[in-house]
Amino acid sequence: MIINTTAVYVLWLREMKRFIRAKSRIIGALAMPLFFLAFLGLGFNRMGVPGIGRDLKYIHFLVPGIIGMSLLFTSTFAGLSVLWDREFGFLKEIMVTPVSRVSIVIGRIAGGTTTALIQGLMLLLIALIAGFKIPSLASFLLALLFMLLITTTFIGLGLIFASVMKDMQGFGLIMNFVMFPMFFLSGAMYPLQNLPGVIRALSYIDPLTFGIDGLRGALIGVSAFSLPVDILVMAAFSVVMVVLGAWFFERSESL
Amino acid sequence: MDAIQVENLTKKFDGFTAVDDLTFSVPSGELFGLLGPNGAGKTTTINMLATLLKPTSGRARVAGYDLAKDRDNVRKSIGIVFQDPALDVKLTGRENLDFHAMMYNIDRETRRRRIAEVLELVELTDKAKILVEKYSGGMKRRLEIARGLIHRPTVMFLDEPTLGLDAQTRRHIWDYIRKLNKDTGVSIILTTHYMEEADYLCSRIAIMDAGKFAALDKPARLKDVLGGDVVSLELDAPSEPLMAQVQKLPWVKRVKQHGLILSLTMEKGERRIPELITLAQKNKVTVVCVNLHKPSLEDVFLHFTGKTIREQDQDQNERHRPARGPHGGRR
Repeated sequence: MIINTTAVYVLWLREMKRFIRAKSRIIGALAMPLFFLAFLGLGFNRMGVPGIGRDLKYIHFLVPGIIGMSLLFTSTFAGLSVLWDREFGFLKEIMVTPVSRVSIVIGRIAGGTTTALIQGLMLLLIALIAGFKIPSLASFLLALLFMLLITTTFIGLGLIFASVMKDMQGFGLIMNFVMFPMFFLSGAMYPLQNLPGVIRALSYIDPLTFGIDGLRGALIGVSAFSLPVDILVMAAFSVVMVVLGAWFFERSESL
Repeated sequence: MDAIQVENLTKKFDGFTAVDDLTFSVPSGELFGLLGPNGAGKTTTINMLATLLKPTSGRARVAGYDLAKDRDNVRKSIGIVFQDPALDVKLTGRENLDFHAMMYNIDRETRRRRIAEVLELVELTDKAKILVEKYSGGMKRRLEIARGLIHRPTVMFLDEPTLGLDAQTRRHIWDYIRKLNKDTGVSIILTTHYMEEADYLCSRIAIMDAGKFAALDKPARLKDVLGGDVVSLELDAPSEPLMAQVQKLPWVKRVKQHGLILSLTMEKGERRIPELITLAQKNKVTVVCVNLHKPSLEDVFLHFTGKTIREQDQDQNERHRPARGPHGGRR
């Protein structure tokens, strides 16, 4: 396995250039989580949501959840963007170059991670401006670690889908039957204790559950699992997803 | 050394044979054409030779390297212009070129020099800073040709390089391709379904149909088989003497009469029409209507495969074509 650093850098740089030029895309990607945050937060703030603890405002409970949601969508799309490249023919151009497939996967993950993290941090910044508080630098760095793990996990997942799907026909299916269920099961909007047992079991196989729980632990000091558990589970998920994603991508024919 | 050596190359998709046991070679420096209708297997052949598809069976050497064992060296030695545009339209022309060059590990100084060089060649120097989405179809094609050249390949694949372009741009690109082949000595394998393109550019043409070569020869020899142009003269009255005289003309290869219409096969028909009309006048016959038919891909194809390209395309459409997505291949 030879990793060609120049190729990784080129693919990363390409993502950066595209990201910076797609201003409407950035605004669009930020708008949905902000609306969620604003309307859900304001709507439920007064009445309170059972199970989040008496001292905690619902909107503060919601911030890490919505950051997690934003990361889920932007990262999975970053992985799925292989489909766009295939659709627009650019994938072939990458595949005929004398660069190892591993470098191509790493370059894509690096690019997707950076753009997803930038969007996550922008959300966090907006939340800070609106009055959300982070206890310390250490907790910020811990949150950053969780954001990174969430991102790589879902880029890996996106890559798997992109390699298996071949075209964009299945996109709606993935949105409705994978991404939204993962979002709702993750406890982004309400504590998992509120879910019935059977469904709660499902949320324990959702990587985002642990990612958001970790983010919550880091940012507001409230979490269902202990932070080391969250870190370990997320690290395992991200390694497995990235390896699977790379494996599927490598095996898929490039046409 | 041969640029391409192919032995029994075959590609099957779910039981459908796209490329059927091809064996051929292309000497270094040749401009070689693959001519055939959509779905004949031209693109599949190119994609296999460019390492994008794995052959079902058979062997090939590209630029001297074994396709199966030495993919990286094959990739380093080839340049390719795909049938469908393969540019990142959200990047500028220069960025597309620069990124490509970086993928081939070319250092900054060499990159700068070569990019300037290829931009000059395809006359896009002043458009290099514009996003590719603002380019016209012809400019995109030229940029892709430029990109294929940056890493100095020894073998270049051009898959339908002028598809969907207007006549003027097509001419322009033909001239680039010729110049390229002459100046740099790069071997070029070109696919097309335009007879005049293959004719103008290629030193040898393979006519491809249903995954096989129906013929492989120099363009002139291929057309010779048809005997040349057909000039049809519609006369106002039948004339035996004219018929007799026409048959004696040394440059007329075949004469057919169908009612008042006289069909003559010859080379360079357009230059012979005045002579024929004069001859008719001498025999007191008036030519009411003249029709000149140049041998086309249609005719050559008909001759070698017993089917017209149109019929063939219909057949292909009814058949399953797994290499393409549901959105259709061409944009």
